[in-house]
Amino acid sequence: MEAGRGVRLPLAWLVVLPFFLYAFAFMFLPAGKVLFGAFQDADGGFTLANLEEITNEPYRTSFKTSIEVSLVTALLGGALGFLIAYSTIRDGTPRWIRSAFTTFSGVAANFAGIPLAAAFIATAGTIGIVTQFLAGHGYNPYEHGFTLFSKTGVELVYLYFQIPLMILVIAPAIDGLKQEWREAAANLGATPRQFWRHVGLPVLTPSLLGAVVLLFGNSFAAYATAYALTGGSVPLVPITIGFYLSGDVLSNPHLSHALALGMFVVLAVMMAIYVPLQRISSRWVK
Amino acid sequence: MRRRFSWGAGLWLFIGAAYFLIPLVATLLFSLKSNETGQCCSLSSYGEILHDPAFWKTLRLSLILAVETIVIALVLLIPTVYCVHLKLPRLRPVIGFLALIPFVVPPIILVVGLLDVFKGSPSWFYAEPYGFLVGAYVILAFPYIYFALDAGFRAIDVHTLTEASQNLGANWRTTLFSVILPNIRAAALAGAFLTLAIVMGEFTIASLATFDTFPIYLQYINQNKAYPAAAVTLIAFAITWGAMLSLLLVGRDRAVQLGGAK
Repeated sequence: MEAGRGVRLPLAWLVVLPFFLYAFAFMFLPAGKVLFGAFQDADGGFTLANLEEITNEPYRTSFKTSIEVSLVTALLGGALGFLIAYSTIRDGTPRWIRSAFTTFSGVAANFAGIPLAAAFIATAGTIGIVTQFLAGHGYNPYEHGFTLFSKTGVELVYLYFQIPLMILVIAPAIDGLKQEWREAAANLGATPRQFWRHVGLPVLTPSLLGAVVLLFGNSFAAYATAYALTGGSVPLVPITIGFYLSGDVLSNPHLSHALALGMFVVLAVMMAIYVPLQRISSRWVK
Repeated sequence: MRRRFSWGAGLWLFIGAAYFLIPLVATLLFSLKSNETGQCCSLSSYGEILHDPAFWKTLRLSLILAVETIVIALVLLIPTVYCVHLKLPRLRPVIGFLALIPFVVPPIILVVGLLDVFKGSPSWFYAEPYGFLVGAYVILAFPYIYFALDAGFRAIDVHTLTEASQNLGANWRTTLFSVILPNIRAAALAGAFLTLAIVMGEFTIASLATFDTFPIYLQYINQNKAYPAAAVTLIAFAITWGAMLSLLLVGRDRAVQLGGAK
């Protein structure tokens, strides 16, 4: 093997070359286009006008709406997902319940887009099953200000993939809370509340924060579900970019680059928070 | 110290199960309503979908795109991951990072750049789903296929297998096809099923690059026909869940194989 090294190394590089070429053509070239395009004016010259433009209306509202929806679904989905995951894992719960929830979460976390929107329209749309059931019992939510085709509706639907994602991400961290710690705390006279206050939550905090950040990014990037549900009446950033690309808006094409760059910056900040948190929490979770 | 089942935990489990199941049950009930009367129960919505040529046409297109994506991604990644495990371990974090990018950069950003880069490319590529769209889908498949393969290669002893095969006089082709591939088959299949599920559901890029794939058909029905939309949604579920279930079965298969090898 030593003798052949001089000959084999270039060959090995040759084998991995197609992968790098592909990644270059289909990831780095497009990324470069977006990055440079965001700083170009109509004639190709350098400008900051596009980036200034997206801080004005209506783009400001787009970013605000996207961030609001992502925050609400990340926090609510995170809290519910954590409580459900903890309930499936704690000792008193039969094992089959845990495996049922885990399997289902694996499927539901990947269940987004058009079918998810259609399922919720069949459930809570104007003639949906649950809507009609409630209306039949004297309470039509559509007469009380609720509509599925609104920001609240989008949040309700996003939770359907946010909660399962939280369950999948946080379950290993809850598993990492060792039974011995609980017993040690109990032997030292700690109440369950004290155990959570001084041991459980401090150990879980990095994992919880990391998971919520992941959920935020997950919701921030979603396009198809919101598009299918509202047809664009809720102005999320991806929806706004979609309008540009499908040519519904006639304007400066570099604005879509600037919007994409803006999205990318938000997601990159999320990752910059997530990765170190992940490293801290992996200390406890083996 | 075994603890008893608590009502608090039961409540959260009930809420979770209800939230998961109600939309599924409601979609089923909705899909069984009759188109004319809006009453239960009729299979007419399913009939309408299954007799729609556009359903079969788009389903077929998406399946072909999925297969093409899987083949290209495997052909690109199997030699790469093999080589990295065998000869270039220093490259592993680099390739892992590259394969992770599509997880962080969503399709909506990817499609902005891709449309720009390939706008001037030949029409046999740019105007064909088999060209442009598959090109983009291979990128979306990277994380799933790479991490499946990476785990597969980590579970086998690449060095020993390769050396044993070469010592017995096998050339590299025999080593790859008769020794390495059978050992990572389960990993490759796992990545392939995930990719199948992704491609069968991908809407963003197909819609903005204006190709009529299966998810575009779903959206068209969704906008135009209330009850058949629920029916076709359940059919789409069945396809995704079929892919996921196959994944679980393949996973079980792999566990058995590993146990046997030890």
